[in-house]
Amino acid sequence: MTGTMTTNNRETIIIQQERDLIICRNRVKDFAVRIGMGIVNQTKLITAVSELARNMLIYGGGGSVLLEVVSRGREPGISVVFQDKGPGIADITKAMQDGFTTGKSMGMGLPGAKRLASEFFIDSVVGKGTIVKIIKWKNG
Amino acid sequence: MERIPILKMGKFLLVTIQVDLYDRLALALEEDLVMMVHKTGAKGVLIDISALSIVDSFMGKIIGNIAAMSSILDAETVVVGMQPAVAITLIELGLPLSGVYTALNVERGMALLEARMPEETGNDRDNDDE
Amino acid sequence: MTSNIIADLQSKRNIILENWIAQRELAEDFGGNFNSTDDLKTQSAELLDILLQTITSQNINDLYSSDLEPLFDYIGGLTVSRAKQGFSPRETAVYIFSLKDALLKVLGETISDNRELYTTTLEVSKFIDNIGITSFETFIRGREEVILSQSDEMAELSTPVIKVWDGIIAMPIIGTLDSARTQVVMENLLQGIVDNESSIAILDISGVPAVDSLVAQHLIKTVSAIRLLGADCIISGIRPEIAQTVVHLGIDLSKMVTKATLASALKYAFAALQLEVRRVAKEKSNL
Repeated sequence: MTGTMTTNNRETIIIQQERDLIICRNRVKDFAVRIGMGIVNQTKLITAVSELARNMLIYGGGGSVLLEVVSRGREPGISVVFQDKGPGIADITKAMQDGFTTGKSMGMGLPGAKRLASEFFIDSVVGKGTIVKIIKWKNG
Repeated sequence: MERIPILKMGKFLLVTIQVDLYDRLALALEEDLVMMVHKTGAKGVLIDISALSIVDSFMGKIIGNIAAMSSILDAETVVVGMQPAVAITLIELGLPLSGVYTALNVERGMALLEARMPEETGNDRDNDDE
Repeated sequence: MTSNIIADLQSKRNIILENWIAQRELAEDFGGNFNSTDDLKTQSAELLDILLQTITSQNINDLYSSDLEPLFDYIGGLTVSRAKQGFSPRETAVYIFSLKDALLKVLGETISDNRELYTTTLEVSKFIDNIGITSFETFIRGREEVILSQSDEMAELSTPVIKVWDGIIAMPIIGTLDSARTQVVMENLLQGIVDNESSIAILDISGVPAVDSLVAQHLIKTVSAIRLLGADCIISGIRPEIAQTVVHLGIDLSKMVTKATLASALKYAFAALQLEVRRVAKEKSNL
């Protein structure tokens, strides 16, 4: 990534039950509207967040979501960091493949969210937890 | 727990999803719909999602399940009124919902189901197109 | 440079200005761009005044110092206004660099100590060079803004949704179909389908120079998204060479309805909507 990122605004949401997913989606929408993100990019971002937050709930036993307004040059964006203290992912490469799942989902979560976001980072330590960060630029 | 109402309209069932679907609500809908299809012997299911601003893989899976289950019970499923942004997102997500019929609105969806009904119903009203 | 020298330069402001203007008038490239010597005189006097007022013995070596902002703002404005008058960036830069000659001439007359003259000359040269660079940067930034706004406009202009018939819309695509463009095409086409309640959308690619696997993928995505809305998409305008490359590249377009021309796509759409186009039998009472 290039350039420095300046932070204007941030918020943390705790995901512990299903209903928190809706709160989380609504907060992300508020953030996206605030920076004037178009409806299609908004929908992509909220969908990606929904996927990742649900993953975190199902596989990581819940965790926290950190929302932030960031910018690169003149273009603003929304950064969302998902952090859980779950079992972690043993094989990230495998988890990033379409259709791979260890649970009851469709295995679209990680690779789908990556396609919907502008930028995607994942790190996981078995037994410690998983951290996923996505950024959606306003026009990205 | 709240539930999404299912309306019976002649041979078809109509579900209009107006609220944000959380997962358990979607699962309850799947269960209720399949029960209703079985109970009423409906030949088609219309799911109006025009009010939904997002459909993620979980909801996509529920919609696919409803279609597959109804199909076993001899009913076709049509998803109507999907928002453009939702359609673009689903494609990017890798979820083209193949196996589900789609229509622009409830009216078109109804017409699609009528057209797919076997001849036995005998209502040959194809000629009143403009 | 000591503050004494700066004070000295300030007191000799008129001489510097005269030197500068006299030199500009003699210069080869002093052409018809300025309406009169008066315009040149006004602008040069303004620039020189701001320069002499803002420069200090410290900031001459520190370009990022905030007290130089008025000077660089003025240079920005000057560059823009000269660009609008038709000066090339080179002409503007030469104009700014010629101030150096005028300044150095006066410095040479003022400072007697050679060593001091040498260091001061270096400092002044560097400073004026940086003003020239700033001017260039302003010019380039202006150009970039124009290019950016033009590419935005092009993206908008190049994807018009045309209502061809009740229930049929068409969109001609002219130019290369990259990911960014596909986004715009998809958004406009899908919105057009919803707005017009069209069950058929025709995407005409006669104006697309080449179809590679990436473009094909974009087309497939567009068609799939249209299907999710409950409409059908026909790809028309497939030129023979495009048909060839598509097959040679092993791209599977068999799941899409493709037609050679917009006319045959329209015919297909009519058939799908159970419409018929007939020649009307001529009646004598016709107007």
